[in-house]
Amino acid sequence: MAHAAPLIAPRATLAAELKKLLGTDLLAHDFAADEDSITVDRDAIAGVMIALRDNLEYQQMMEIAGVDYPDRAERFEVVYHLLSVTRNHRLRVRVSTDEATPVPTIVPVWPNAGWLEREVFDMYGVLFAGNPDLRRILTDYGFQGHPQRKDFPLTGYIELRYSEEDKRVVYEPVKLAQDFRNFDFLSPWEGADYVLPGDEKAGGTGEAPGKGAPTPMTAKEVKQDDGKAKAAPPPTPKTTDSPAQTGAGAKANKAAAKTSRDGAKATTAAKAKSPATKKAEKAPAKPRAPRKPKGGDA
Amino acid sequence: MTDAPEVKHHGSDMFAGYPIDTANTAGDQAVTNYTINFGPQHPAAHGVLRMVMELDGEIIERVDPHVGLLHRGTEKLIEYKTYLQALPYFDRLDYCSPLGMEHSYVLAIEKLLDLEVPARAQYLRVLFAELTRICNHMLNIGSHVMDVGAMTPNLWVFELREDCLNFFERASGARMHSAYFRPGGVHQDIPEKLLVDIGEWCEKRLPELFGDAMSLVIDNRIFKQRNVDIATVSKEDALAWGFSGPMIRGSGIAWDLRKSQPYDAYAAMEFDIPVGTRGDCYDRFMVRVEEVYQSAKIIKQCLRDMPTGPIASLDRKVVPPKRGEMKQSMESLIHHFKLYTEGFHVPAGEVYVATESPKGEFGVYLVSDGTNKPYRCKIRPTAFSHLQAMDMMSKGHMLADTTAIIGAIDVVFGECDR
Repeated sequence: MAHAAPLIAPRATLAAELKKLLGTDLLAHDFAADEDSITVDRDAIAGVMIALRDNLEYQQMMEIAGVDYPDRAERFEVVYHLLSVTRNHRLRVRVSTDEATPVPTIVPVWPNAGWLEREVFDMYGVLFAGNPDLRRILTDYGFQGHPQRKDFPLTGYIELRYSEEDKRVVYEPVKLAQDFRNFDFLSPWEGADYVLPGDEKAGGTGEAPGKGAPTPMTAKEVKQDDGKAKAAPPPTPKTTDSPAQTGAGAKANKAAAKTSRDGAKATTAAKAKSPATKKAEKAPAKPRAPRKPKGGDA
Repeated sequence: MTDAPEVKHHGSDMFAGYPIDTANTAGDQAVTNYTINFGPQHPAAHGVLRMVMELDGEIIERVDPHVGLLHRGTEKLIEYKTYLQALPYFDRLDYCSPLGMEHSYVLAIEKLLDLEVPARAQYLRVLFAELTRICNHMLNIGSHVMDVGAMTPNLWVFELREDCLNFFERASGARMHSAYFRPGGVHQDIPEKLLVDIGEWCEKRLPELFGDAMSLVIDNRIFKQRNVDIATVSKEDALAWGFSGPMIRGSGIAWDLRKSQPYDAYAAMEFDIPVGTRGDCYDRFMVRVEEVYQSAKIIKQCLRDMPTGPIASLDRKVVPPKRGEMKQSMESLIHHFKLYTEGFHVPAGEVYVATESPKGEFGVYLVSDGTNKPYRCKIRPTAFSHLQAMDMMSKGHMLADTTAIIGAIDVVFGECDR
C-alpha cells in the first residue's frame, strides 16, 4: 500500500458470490484501485439492491451519483455506492440509461434514495420510475435544463439580480463582460488530437499534426545540402561607395549629393534655441501662487 | 392540505368509551391543519433552510425541507478546474470544518495517483483534522444549546473555537478557508512553537473551559427536557436512512471510519468511539461532547509521535518544489511553472473515498479521464441523508422541538447544497 487513503480489505469470495446471487443481471464486475464495482441490468436494479442488502450484508446506501458520457449510446451512468458495516466493505453498482428511459427507483429498499434520485434527476434529467416525489431539489424554483450535463454551459443561460426599478428580483439572459477563460493546457506532445494553433497551413504533409518535430537530417543528407549550397553562389554583394548612393533611385541620389549650404546656420539656430528650451523646461519649476481656498472661511 | 382540510376534534380520543357527546363539546373548537414556512431565513435553521411544515396545532404532521438555496454549482465548477485549483472549493462546502472536506478530496487524488505520503504529512493532517473536529463541534454544541435556550455555554465554547481558528491561521495563513491539505501532503511545515502551543491548549485550556461550559448543560433539567427522547432513531432506521458520524453513533452503532477504514495515520492512534443508548437528540449531543475529548487525545498522540522529515511527497510531477529551491534550480522552476499552469495529470479511473468528517461520512466520488481536470467529482454530503430523515424524525413532535432536532443533526448548508 503506497497511498494513505482509507484502507478496505477486499472480500475474497465476492466475485463468486455476486455471480451466484445475481446471475444474468450481473453484466460486469471489475476490481480497480482497490474498489469493487459491478454493472447490472437497469430494469433489475431494485431486485439487485434487495439481494445485495439482504444476502451480501450491504446495509447502507451512501450515495447515488450521475455521470454523463455524451459519446455513449446510453449516455448517463447512475452509480450507487453501498456500504456494509458488518463486513466493512464498499461496493459500487452501476446502471446506464439515456434521456428517455427511466431507471426503476430504489426508494422502497432505502428511503434515503428519495433525495439522491431527485438530485440525479435535477442535475442530469435521468428519470426514476416509481420515485414518489421526483421534483427538482438543488436548482431554483422554475429552473429549466439539467446543469451537470456536459453540454450545459458553465455559465448557464439565465442570471438573476435585484432590480431597483421593479423592487424585486428579475431574471435575465446571461450577459458576461468577459468569457470564461478556459485554457487548454494539454501538452501537444502528449496526445492533442487537433490542429495546433499556427499549424493550420502546414497541412498536406500527410503527417498527422502534433507528432512532434521532423526527424533530423542524416550526415549524408547534410553533405548533399552543403554541396547544393556550393553549386549556387550567392549574388554579387551590394556595396555603396559614398553616402550619395542611397539606392532609392537617381532623384534621391541627386538630392542626397547636394551639400547643405545653411548647415552651419542650422547648427547655430539649434544652439540659439537651446536656452529657450532650457527656459521652457524650467518654467514649471516656478513656484505656484498658493491656492485660494474655495468657499472657505475667509 | 389544499383540498378538503381534515377536521379534528381535540379531546375526542380522551373521551372514547364515555357517554359524552364528543362532536359538540362546549368550548372545543374545530381546528384544521395548517402549513407554515420555517425559514428560509431563520436563526435556528443554521443556514438557509426552508421547511414547509404541516401542523396540527403545535404537533408536526409532515415536514418537507426545501434545500438548494445555497447551491453554487461546485461540482460543475470543479469539472472546469485543475485538480489543485478545485481544492479551495472544498473549504467552502462545510465552512465549519474546512479541513475535513479537503481530507477526502486529497485522499481521493492520492488514491488515483497511488501516491505515497510522508509520515510527517500524515501526522500533520490527522492533527489538523482533529483540531477541525473540535472546532466544528464547538460551533455545533454551542449553537445547539443556544437553540434550546441556553446562552452562556455558547459564548464560552466560541472562545475555544477562536483558539482553533488561530491555530489554523498560524499553520496556513487563513482562519477558515485554509487550503492546507494538498495532494501529496500539506502545503507548508508548521513552526515548532505552534505544536507546543497546541499541546498546552489541549492540556489545560480546552478541558477547563469546555468542562466548565458542559457542566452547565449536560445535567441541566431544562436542557434534558428539551432533548431527551426527542427524535429517537432506532439502529435499523439509522442504517436504512444512510446515517453516519455522530448520528449513527448516537443510535448505538459503533461505526467510525477512522477506526474501521483507517486513513493517514489513524491506524496508529488510540481512541474510543462513544455511542449513544437511546438514539435521541441528547445522545447525539453527548456523543459530540465525548468526541471532543477523544480528539484531544488523538492530538496529544500526534504531538508526542510527530515524526520529522518532508511534509509532502517528493514526487516533483505532483507536488511543486519549495520556493527557495526554485530560485536556485532551473528544473524546479520548470516544475513549479508546469504544476501551477497545466497541473498534474491523473490516470484514468474512478474512486470513492470517504472520510470521517466531523459531521459524518463525507465522500468524494472522483472520475478521471487521464487529463489534468476531473471528469466528474461527486461530493457526498453528510447533511443530505440526515436532513432527509427530518420528516421521519420530527413527526409527532412539537414545533419547538424542530430547533433541537436540526441542532442535533449538525447541518451546514454550504455542504448540503454544494
